[in-house]
Amino acid sequence: MTIEASTPSGERMTLNMGPHHPATHGVLRIVVESDGEVVATCTPDHGYLHRSIEKIGECVEWPMFVPYTDRVDYVCAMNANLAYCIAAEKLLQSDPANTFVVPRRGECIRVLVAELNRISSHLVAVGAMAMDVGAYTPFLHGIAQREGVNDIFEKLCGQRLTYNYVTIGGVAYDLYDTAIDEIRRFLDQFEREMVRFNKLVTTNTIFRDRCASVATVSAAEAIAWGLVGPNLRGSGVDFDLRRDEPYGIYGELGVQVPVGQAFAGRKGSVGDAYDRYVVRLLEILESIRLCRAVLELLPPAAAKANDPIGGWQADVGKQVKRPPKGEVHVRTEAPRGEMGYFLVSDGTKALFRVRCRTGSFTAAGIFHHVMRGIFLADVVAVIGSFDIVVPEIDR
Amino acid sequence: MTTDERPGNRADEQVHMAAVDEFLAWGKEHSLFYLLFATACCGIELMQAGGPRYDVDRLGMIPRATPRQADLMIVAGTITHKMAGRVRTLWEQMTEPRWVVSMGSCANSGGPFSKWSYSVLNGIDKYVPVDIYIPGCPPRPEALIDGVMALRERVKRYRTVGERDRTPYIVAGPEAPFGGHCKVPDFTAKKPDGGGGGSA
Amino acid sequence: MSAVANDAIATAVLAQFPAVQQKHADNGRAFLLVPKGDLVAVAHFLRTQKSLRFDALMDLTAYDLLKYPSTPPSDDIAVVYLLFSYQHRHKVTLKVLAPRAECEVATVSGEWPAALYFEREVFDLFGVRFPGHPSLRRIMTPDDWQGHPLRKDYLYPDSYHGVAHLRDGQHFEGSPPRGGDTP
Repeated sequence: MTIEASTPSGERMTLNMGPHHPATHGVLRIVVESDGEVVATCTPDHGYLHRSIEKIGECVEWPMFVPYTDRVDYVCAMNANLAYCIAAEKLLQSDPANTFVVPRRGECIRVLVAELNRISSHLVAVGAMAMDVGAYTPFLHGIAQREGVNDIFEKLCGQRLTYNYVTIGGVAYDLYDTAIDEIRRFLDQFEREMVRFNKLVTTNTIFRDRCASVATVSAAEAIAWGLVGPNLRGSGVDFDLRRDEPYGIYGELGVQVPVGQAFAGRKGSVGDAYDRYVVRLLEILESIRLCRAVLELLPPAAAKANDPIGGWQADVGKQVKRPPKGEVHVRTEAPRGEMGYFLVSDGTKALFRVRCRTGSFTAAGIFHHVMRGIFLADVVAVIGSFDIVVPEIDR
Repeated sequence: MTTDERPGNRADEQVHMAAVDEFLAWGKEHSLFYLLFATACCGIELMQAGGPRYDVDRLGMIPRATPRQADLMIVAGTITHKMAGRVRTLWEQMTEPRWVVSMGSCANSGGPFSKWSYSVLNGIDKYVPVDIYIPGCPPRPEALIDGVMALRERVKRYRTVGERDRTPYIVAGPEAPFGGHCKVPDFTAKKPDGGGGGSA
Repeated sequence: MSAVANDAIATAVLAQFPAVQQKHADNGRAFLLVPKGDLVAVAHFLRTQKSLRFDALMDLTAYDLLKYPSTPPSDDIAVVYLLFSYQHRHKVTLKVLAPRAECEVATVSGEWPAALYFEREVFDLFGVRFPGHPSLRRIMTPDDWQGHPLRKDYLYPDSYHGVAHLRDGQHFEGSPPRGGDTP
């Protein structure tokens, strides 16, 4: 960079960001060594929220681990539940004696809540990113809209944040009576709100120019560094597990995948912070469409919970007590990208090994690479654009 | 001397006599600036509490990024052994009088991580003195506001000289562990026959 | 874009590296057991071979075989590499056994930079060293932490820097064994 050449002869200053810093989205610590205004090296320090969730998975019974998956990623707890439950189901089904299937209505509800939670998660992501680059209002807009999703979930399962709703074999409760109407009303209202949000933030010249060409990650780099989800798609890689390795009923929905294409125009480049931001916004719109499509597919409720069509919870109580030995790897598309569970079972009630691979972990891994040579003020914009949630890194 | 007799302008309505200490406590009570500090899940509820629906700004609570400007530290979320020392440092940087609210089960006692985790501290009160405990995993924003209202009572009674009230206060009391919203099931009672679905 | 079946991948690797074995987990999930010495060469082959082109490391993790009911019993640490090809959309699982006494596996961060972080995590939680890794430090636990928590014989510490882990008088039924080295 030309700026680097103009700075005084290598006099460096070490700047410690975090673990308490409003822009690090939790307790991430970053030690930045700066050369004037330019970042020379950046060393993230993790583990301030390492809660040993993987070890807990080895101590508790299979269904008891579901609440802990909430806490792996509390911004999208439904998706985190779903990822673990699908992995556990697949491991159970590897024994041919276990013939349960998740009821059709249960599968629909799972996708419905996962997409609603994706909306609320991305709202935090885009709102917090706008806040990091200096605009507080969009964050409040995001938080306000998030309450709409929280209300629906609270009526559904009694919690606003950590749901423990998706279970092994289905979902814990059926939709409540007025749920479908309320979700439709929320989606209609929210879609109108997004138009306003885009007018306020997305097309805002200051915001766009601020994020254009900041921390550009090429497609090859993104793949090699293990970026996933919107961060990967922002770099122009057309890959989405919901479309390319469909699980649940995603195969029937025809998921449209937005990819980064230098949305900031002449000033931007494919894979910059603005692209990652726009990809998230487009995913919100896609999630609205998917929610509506699922509501169309939703079969009417049956009287029994384990009804194969209208039920929502298969009988797995006996199976999880005597699980088969073996291992399984399942990955699902969470809002922060691939959430993969690698489970090893030794045939006892508790899993032998639970491994949770999350999107934020590898996103944090690329920090020291992308932050070299950028301006100090852009560091927070970069953290925001990768949508880091700290417990996902630390678990 | 003429007096304006319109409501609100009379001398006895405009002039209040109070001790300086009382006056300062009154001011502190209505401007509890809190440290923008979130560690885990409860941090999201803290954000929601600052959002448009719950709007803790109306209670005079404005988030401050630096501990030196904050009166109140809301420990929102799990504190690990690695983090606990930093929390202590933050608390030490705050100016007196300072208040600590422990938000959520993890900060209170380790919560769901207390038994099986090797890295989680079972309660932040081992590092900093806690005034108000708010149960919940995470607590609702209403519970947080409830805790703040309880704290304001304490701030009102604070005097510069003398002993400070250090009795821990648990929102909704120990007899109502679910914040009073939910009846605690009696596990010791004999179960009626049947019961329990086929769910996992 | 043409996905190659798992057996065909195994055949291609075995043709090049005869020491590699194709194995199956207890529930039939196929994986390649790679000898420690061949790992980097196998990784390079998988990444660069045109028909395979495993350009992404999905996950790198490990598990401790101690207490796993396998015959014969083993106390090795299995390091697991889950690879994916964005180009061909196929996957493969590699496993490397690291003996407990000399817990070392060569780094693959030269092939996939994503491994830099994964290997640090495995080092921290399992104590597997990765010679060649540029900055192999603890990532999750504090630098002065004792032991590697995800090993099956790990003892939980009672305190950290003099602060007790449990509350006064707190006792849990059936909690994991305590009494490990205190940092």
